[in-house]
Amino acid sequence: METPIIELRGVAKHYGEGPTRVDALKPLDLDIHAGSLIGLLGPSGSGKSTVLNLIGGIVDPSAGRVRLDGDVVFDGRWLRRDLRRMRLEKIGFIFQFHNLIPFLSVTDNIALVLNLAGWSRPEAERRTLDLLEYLQVADRAQAMPSQLSGGQAQRVAIARALANRPRIILADEPTAALDGERAGIVMDLLRKVAVEQAAAVVVVTHDEKIMNRLDATHVLRDGVLVA
Amino acid sequence: MNLALRDIRHHGGRFLLTCLGLALLLGVVMSMVGIYRGLVDDALILVRAPAADLWVVEGGTRGPFAESSRIPKDSRAAVARLAGVAEAGVVTYQTVQIHVGTRTLRLMVVGFEPGRPGGPVAVADGHSLTRSHFEMVLDRRAGIGLGERLRIGADTFTVVGHTVGEVDSAGNPVAYVTLKDAQRLQFELDGAAARNQAVRGEAANANQVNAVLARVLPGHDAVAVARAAERWKHLSALTQGQQEELLLSAVVDKARKQIGMFTTILLLVSAVIIALIIHTMTMDKTREIATLKLIGAPDRTILGMIVQQALALGGISFAVGAGLILAVADHFPRRVIIVATDVAALSAVVAVVCIVASVLGVRTALKIDAARALGG
Repeated sequence: METPIIELRGVAKHYGEGPTRVDALKPLDLDIHAGSLIGLLGPSGSGKSTVLNLIGGIVDPSAGRVRLDGDVVFDGRWLRRDLRRMRLEKIGFIFQFHNLIPFLSVTDNIALVLNLAGWSRPEAERRTLDLLEYLQVADRAQAMPSQLSGGQAQRVAIARALANRPRIILADEPTAALDGERAGIVMDLLRKVAVEQAAAVVVVTHDEKIMNRLDATHVLRDGVLVA
Repeated sequence: MNLALRDIRHHGGRFLLTCLGLALLLGVVMSMVGIYRGLVDDALILVRAPAADLWVVEGGTRGPFAESSRIPKDSRAAVARLAGVAEAGVVTYQTVQIHVGTRTLRLMVVGFEPGRPGGPVAVADGHSLTRSHFEMVLDRRAGIGLGERLRIGADTFTVVGHTVGEVDSAGNPVAYVTLKDAQRLQFELDGAAARNQAVRGEAANANQVNAVLARVLPGHDAVAVARAAERWKHLSALTQGQQEELLLSAVVDKARKQIGMFTTILLLVSAVIIALIIHTMTMDKTREIATLKLIGAPDRTILGMIVQQALALGGISFAVGAGLILAVADHFPRRVIIVATDVAALSAVVAVVCIVASVLGVRTALKIDAARALGG
């Protein structure tokens, strides 16, 4: 059987010790394969964002093992010293509120990631233009983020997340700020990327209108995977 | 991709306004250094003007600037006869305060013998002293035109020539008059005071001077000539170098320390202000820095942005401040001399201050958690 791109084994997260200990996430096993679009559902405080942050290396797991794109990156401790480099190489993030850098143009927001990843300038320019055309925002290439509509900004943010061709895409409420039609377009894009780039896409959402576009959903409640 | 430059461009108006404020502060720092240079230069103008090698003054004193000195005028002839002396002249120095119309004018009156050492370096317009009485060569800074008349003591002088940039250590314009006029001004008493002195049986001796200036022949050692002059026990002799050092240590030293203290305090204030500005600029970018960390930007990219912004802030402010001071330097009450080496040294200090001041912003940036980019 194909090795999952994201593999969590017994991954848990707690804060504090003794009587003040809070278990944000009880030991969790989760496999997510290439080409799949997976939803993490659950009420606020159930641990969805914690899972996303653990996969993204933003918070340290308290226990367990994490394998990303074939490499064990956490096994009781981080096995990679440079987690930011790992994110740059393997993971693309999509935020609820696009989080574009306000002082960079649309092109520069995307080129920045490629620049950090060591792409040459001509290659980065070509890749940026391809992505903007692919996401139908090429006409806004020189605009500043403040000049974009909500939908345009979110598509640029997706372009930035996809720029370095990551195998893992973590999206935190990517459609929360969008209407139904635009939410559908974003989900179609993520589907296309998952298939064409053989990437695993994990979407944290409360959004009922995108449930039917997910391959599978996992429900968390009080830090426990219940479905 | 230069993030610092992009951010500055994005917030151009606010950044330039901040730079303008800082420029004024750094301009004051630079003006303090310029004032000090002016102070030193002013102090040395008077002592360098006669181009003397040797200053012969009253025995046991360090005159005529650091201490009072009075010697007989005929000391000149004695000094002139010393082996190695090319020529000698006598001088008097006296500060006077006069009223010209509604304004008060302080002058350093120098008495000298035309044709001998002690006169002005050059007369810029008009002519040098041609008559033995009541003519004056005055520095332009006094604001008195050629042909105008000034009353000093009991006499009235006509300004016949102008010098440029000849002032004393207090910044007062120098007025050159003949020795006889200067002696009368300094040593002769007027009216009731003279009568009182005569009644007391004290003879007034107006044939005195403050110093004898000597130029030494090429190949002769000024120190050896000075030692020879000091064989007369009523005379002391200083070389030009000793006189300059004495003047700087006695007259300018406290002012130098004072200005040095002000400059240091202002640089510290600048450092604190730069640190606070950079800290605020960093805090304003918390979400952007978190996003940068999340998408994989290394610390050096983020720190580079902060340090470059601090350096840009300091560099632009320094350049604007320097430009402002150079533009208004001539309007200061005292001379402000901006020299290239001071500008270079101060720019290096400002660069160091910027780097040190950016530490606060760097610390703030390092503490920002990448997770802050997530959520609303």
